[in-house]
Amino acid sequence: MPDAERNDLVQIHKTILEPHERPDNLPPSTAAVPYECWIKGFLMDESANMGDEVRVKTFIGREISGVLYQVSPKYDHNFGEAQKEILSIGYEAHQQLENKHEGNRE
Amino acid sequence: MDASYSEVMSKKQEILLRATGIDYDEFEFSPISFDYERLMNSCDYSLQDVQKILLETGVGQTQLVELKNLTELVRSIAPSGKGGRIFVKDEAANPSGSFKDRRAALSIYQAKKLGYKGVVAASSGNYGAAVASQAAKRGLRSIILQEVYDSRKVGQPEILEKTRACEAYGAEVWQLTVGPELFYIMLRVLEDTGFFSASLYVPTSVLGIETLGYELANQVLKREGRFPDMVLVTHAGGGNVTGTARGLIKAGSRDTVVVGVSVDLRGLHMASDNDFNRKSFTTGHSGFGIPFLTWPDRTDVPRNCARGLRYLDRYVLVSQGEVFYTTELLAKLEGMERGPAGNTSLAGALAVARELDRDQILVVQETEYTAAGKMPSSQLTFAKKNGIKVTRGNPRENTPGKSIVIPERIDQIAVEDFNMEKIRLSYIENSIRAAADYSLTDQDERFLAEDSKSSLDQVHEVIQSSNH
Repeated sequence: MPDAERNDLVQIHKTILEPHERPDNLPPSTAAVPYECWIKGFLMDESANMGDEVRVKTFIGREISGVLYQVSPKYDHNFGEAQKEILSIGYEAHQQLENKHEGNRE
Repeated sequence: MDASYSEVMSKKQEILLRATGIDYDEFEFSPISFDYERLMNSCDYSLQDVQKILLETGVGQTQLVELKNLTELVRSIAPSGKGGRIFVKDEAANPSGSFKDRRAALSIYQAKKLGYKGVVAASSGNYGAAVASQAAKRGLRSIILQEVYDSRKVGQPEILEKTRACEAYGAEVWQLTVGPELFYIMLRVLEDTGFFSASLYVPTSVLGIETLGYELANQVLKREGRFPDMVLVTHAGGGNVTGTARGLIKAGSRDTVVVGVSVDLRGLHMASDNDFNRKSFTTGHSGFGIPFLTWPDRTDVPRNCARGLRYLDRYVLVSQGEVFYTTELLAKLEGMERGPAGNTSLAGALAVARELDRDQILVVQETEYTAAGKMPSSQLTFAKKNGIKVTRGNPRENTPGKSIVIPERIDQIAVEDFNMEKIRLSYIENSIRAAADYSLTDQDERFLAEDSKSSLDQVHEVIQSSNH
């Protein structure tokens, strides 16, 4: 079975500039790597496998080609883990306000 | 559409003329100076026209909220009689969740009026979402170009959230790796599509923000019978400062002190693949704030209408840890869970309010929405994964890219005043250097003085020292 079929939501990858095609004056860590891009769209080919050159129709209906990178891409950024360095900030501030009010009554 | 970097860049003028509908050459006086006010007024919208256009899509007229508990907290540690009243303009209530809707609304209206079928914007921040949202409202297509990933394809969580938001509003999003070639891609896409360039730096963008300064001045006037003493503005590319200050002036609030606030990321290189994911703030930071003041025309249009140096009275830096601390305080003491952009200037306000008298009024002029990726818990989790040390302690011991120190107490929040004189001189020097072998006219000198909020004598001094 192919990785993706026509009209599946996919993500394509494009290398826009190889390192030697990039402009001068880039910091070394940037100059050493290609300039790359990922775009989502609906697969226009009948079927395709990862790494195939494909065409997609983007969310605004434009046709773009690139290499099939991912099928049904999801958003996986999240709320992170509980951070002990910030958990008590609110409580501490409430305490400070209460102390102030008690101080005012004395 | 394969085109080399140099080939596309050489067609810059021609592509931008078609994509903005503005012939910037018309406003040039010389290699140094141009007619800023005539460029700003070139599209012929009064502030009242702009307000009406913004309201058509539900933008603006946001609440001004007094932060009484935070003011109390500041007063608990302020010298006797000190502790100004802190207000915030709740811009998160705009359709896409930030003041950037004001910035996008008029540009998208203009694009529609001029007959463009779609718009393109390069933005990894709220502006992209605002353009996508406004384009949806006006029936135009949108393409948003974002710098999202480092070369390991690790995305900054805040920017991943912006990708999601832009796509939620129906935009085609290009998720790019780190590099200044964003502008090159923008030119290529503009040339390919014939779409409008919804640059952050065109006149319509700044005119939209004027409504924010104008509104807040009038809200304070109506409620308190006078204008605010100080307005704090999170500063990156300069548009927020410029538009807000111009709006304050148009409202008659001329004595209000305008303070720019940025997160201190000095030491991190903004175009570095290595440094990209070592920061917890993706905008409103010194990596944009300082270079945009000393060289505003480093943008995607020939002349930048966002000229912060003209309007800033003071520019201060706060640390990442202080903004995280402030974000928690705003949620826990005021019941407002908001994103990092407005909380940057709020952190500045918590420090500066201690210098002001109790009857003085400070306005933090924006909030923004928050979400997965944008919250302190997301960013601190990400920071730790990227080897950043997170501790509680004295925020002065924070080192961008290495450590985040979250204050233990409100009195540890402080601002570092950036030397404005140094910035003004640096801007004048850069302008003179960029026009080598050109002799400045009186008009150029007057322009440089106005553009840097300096005196003519100061401009003469720089010219003389650069001749030696």
